[in-house]
Amino acid sequence: MKSAVQIAEAVRSGASTAVAEVVGALEAVAARNEELHVFLYVDEQGALAAAQRVDAVVAEGGEAGSLAGVPIAIKDNMCQRGVPTTCASKILEGWRPPYNATVIDRLLAAGAVVVGKTNLDEFAMGSSTENSAFGPTRNPHDPSRVPGGSSGGSAAAVAAGMTPLAIGSDTGGSVRQPAALCGVIGVKPTYGLVSRYGLVAFASSLDQIGPFATNVTDAATLLEVLAGHDPLDSTSLPEPSPCLVEHVHDSVAGQRVGVVRELIEGADDEVLDAVRRAQEALREAGATVVELSIPELRLGLSAYYLIAPAEASSNLARYDGVRYGLRVDADDVAAMNEATRTAGFGAEVKRRIMLGTYALSAGYYDAYYGQALKVRTQMIDAFARAYREVDLLLGATAPSVAFAFGEKTANPLTMYLSDVFTIPSNLAGEPAISVPFGTGVGGLPVGVQLLGPGRSESRLFAAARVLEIADGRA
Amino acid sequence: MILEHGYEMVVGLEVHTELRTRSKMFCGCANEFGAEPNTNICPVCLGLPGSLPVLNVRAVELAMAIGVALHSVIAPSTFHRKNYFYPDMPKDYQISQYDLPINSGGYLDLPDASRVSIERAHLEEDTGKSTHLGGSGRLQGADRSLVDYNRSGVPLVEIVSAPDIRTSAQARAYAQELRGILIATGASDGRMEEGSMRIDANVSVRQANAALGTRCEIKNLNSLRSLQRAIDYEAQRQVEMLVSGEVVRQETRHWDEKLGETSTMRTKEEADDYRYFREPDLVDLAPDEAWQDRVRASLGPMPAERRRRLRERLTEPTDAQLDAVQVVVDLNLDGLVIAAVEREVDVTLAISRAANEVAADIEHVTNLTPESFTDTLLMEERGELSATQAKTVLSELLADGGDPRAIAAAKRFEQLSSDSLEATVATLIEQHPDEWGRYRDGDDKLAQFFIGQVMKATNGQANGKAVVAALQARR
Repeated sequence: MKSAVQIAEAVRSGASTAVAEVVGALEAVAARNEELHVFLYVDEQGALAAAQRVDAVVAEGGEAGSLAGVPIAIKDNMCQRGVPTTCASKILEGWRPPYNATVIDRLLAAGAVVVGKTNLDEFAMGSSTENSAFGPTRNPHDPSRVPGGSSGGSAAAVAAGMTPLAIGSDTGGSVRQPAALCGVIGVKPTYGLVSRYGLVAFASSLDQIGPFATNVTDAATLLEVLAGHDPLDSTSLPEPSPCLVEHVHDSVAGQRVGVVRELIEGADDEVLDAVRRAQEALREAGATVVELSIPELRLGLSAYYLIAPAEASSNLARYDGVRYGLRVDADDVAAMNEATRTAGFGAEVKRRIMLGTYALSAGYYDAYYGQALKVRTQMIDAFARAYREVDLLLGATAPSVAFAFGEKTANPLTMYLSDVFTIPSNLAGEPAISVPFGTGVGGLPVGVQLLGPGRSESRLFAAARVLEIADGRA
Repeated sequence: MILEHGYEMVVGLEVHTELRTRSKMFCGCANEFGAEPNTNICPVCLGLPGSLPVLNVRAVELAMAIGVALHSVIAPSTFHRKNYFYPDMPKDYQISQYDLPINSGGYLDLPDASRVSIERAHLEEDTGKSTHLGGSGRLQGADRSLVDYNRSGVPLVEIVSAPDIRTSAQARAYAQELRGILIATGASDGRMEEGSMRIDANVSVRQANAALGTRCEIKNLNSLRSLQRAIDYEAQRQVEMLVSGEVVRQETRHWDEKLGETSTMRTKEEADDYRYFREPDLVDLAPDEAWQDRVRASLGPMPAERRRRLRERLTEPTDAQLDAVQVVVDLNLDGLVIAAVEREVDVTLAISRAANEVAADIEHVTNLTPESFTDTLLMEERGELSATQAKTVLSELLADGGDPRAIAAAKRFEQLSSDSLEATVATLIEQHPDEWGRYRDGDDKLAQFFIGQVMKATNGQANGKAVVAALQARR
């Protein structure tokens, strides 16, 4: 299968056409979507029309963009004008946004073609896509297993070869964990690097949009398109998109990499083995590898499960049946609100709204939400101390390879633990990337995670590229 | 002021003022009153999924201007979310300021020389506007509710006074003075009837100088008159309860202007827990010194100073003139008056025309320029226009703008040159020799007779003063 960069080159040079590439992607989707349930909505007509526009630009000798004609899948919690956006929730079923998310506008400007909207855990709350109101997505490597989540559909789209690129959102690991479980690259950029405008909010201070790709160069190319200041997002970083692709082949010689005890402890042996081999690969490429401990990271999960639900309880209040989406009528407005929300939200969303409402309530705020904010500050400080000693951190992305359906649904806490290694980066607002590195039992993919300080994406891509080569995916 | 049975009232006011920005607080939609419902809306002020707020810099400047005028400390501040469900609030939370408001502390001096402390003046967004049809006419129990989101996201500043107010008249004076300040800073048009200035009153009573009593918050005060009446009613209600051994419950009460009474809206137990937390979609707001200085420098004098400047121009002002000065400054018309006076218009005439004729059509004051106002008054003083004609010209100017000479000409006001007036007077003297004789012998009352005759002969186009001048010249 061609990479995204190759497709764009071929489309720009006339060796291929956007329409041909998009038709190919649509065929790949049609071949397996019923089995895998990757897409909630396939925008066949929209995609073909967009592809024709790209081809017209090429024909006129215009600037078709760095992703000219590249089919891409969008997690269904990002708004695209006129295209259903459900967040995999019944409460938004049938809603078509009247506006584009900033990332959509940037993708279109770069010539990418949106094929459709991918499945997710409802409102991005979950680690397996089993919380989708419209049924789970299956892992392309083993359809009896989950693809991870919450961006499971986007990870699976790339892993199944339906689209070379996809985007997801990562609030506590929702890009990196499914990337690991599906054997693709997944990036959680620095908070504020990619505009959140048009991303349906789960936990605003943690949410960040990131790319899925089959290789590091494609991921860097996509992130360059997505990144850069957006005046519509007040938390957007002030600077324009960084140069990433030109640094992918930078040497890691002399870089100091810290393997973090707290980012591997409790992981399965096959995962630990992958991290060990990744260490070796980086050392062979000239990096200095040390082991270190950041005990504060152990507090991350608890802090996260107060902060994220607290913000979610507020962000999800607007689904009240008044303006859009589902409305279940009742005798008065308050009863209508309640009936709508009772019918429209799934169990996990309700659980988090209740958790968050409780954590913010008068008399409990200081003990729960207030404490969690303090932990968050401690974690940021702890990372900063670590980065005085090392340039990058290495750990596991997820504690295990893809698990079976139903394996973790009985007890929410076991599901929450899937994100124990990814959550710290969200709390700190720092970038991290999951890179496929070998396979475990049954040939299932294993991911390792590289973490860096804010705005260190180019350093992370260079290290990821070293692992990619060592993994034999030149 | 001591109420019955030795009680005194303790009142604090919360004044919400819409800011006069071109666009809303967090999006580019127009901030205008009276547009077709749901036309000034976008994904942001409708709270559509995925939309994000971006702070309007002009709203921050106007909030700072209010802070400067109230002698507040302008400090780094943050935004919070105030969470509660209400259909006219599209996100089901309001972006407001909580523990760190942009303006802290301060005071407002009233014309009677009393001082009311200000606790804070913070930024927040307005909600949409609900109309409840049928049934009770209020949200619960209406047949149908319609929501207009044009107002959703309009910037507001909430100004919270300390409980320093002791009479309803003082509350009214505070609201009036604050309104003048809001207009003077350019922050608001201060129109209570359009809801751009809204007041809630916290009222409690206590034995003089005892600890504070339990307060009730009164809502739906749509005019200064309602404010004063509602406070008096509520204080009296609380006194009566206490005297009869009952306990005042902390609650929010609704003022019914027709019935002239307050009634329970919700009790403290029913009050929402707003679950305030930092708004993660906005960054902290920390206006630097240079920005604050620019705002400070851009502010003109406040109403108290401006009243003083006008008063200084009056010799031995009457109470009526002092009231007119207050009106002129409250309505921001002193600029017009000063402009006229500087071109030698009599200050009492300028104040009177501003406080009466201009004030009567204040919504259209932008049609009037200092030049057109001054020119009209000069024409009146020179006798080219009668008082009645000058008032008509002013009302035309307010309605449509334009040049007073052109208006006077179109209305055939200005003609009657002194020559033709002279001729008319001469003719009338010949026709009424007896009356003229008595007038010449010192009976001034006969002047009125001749004025009447001249008016009749000229279809009212003559100026009374000019007639008297012509008569006296011949006496």
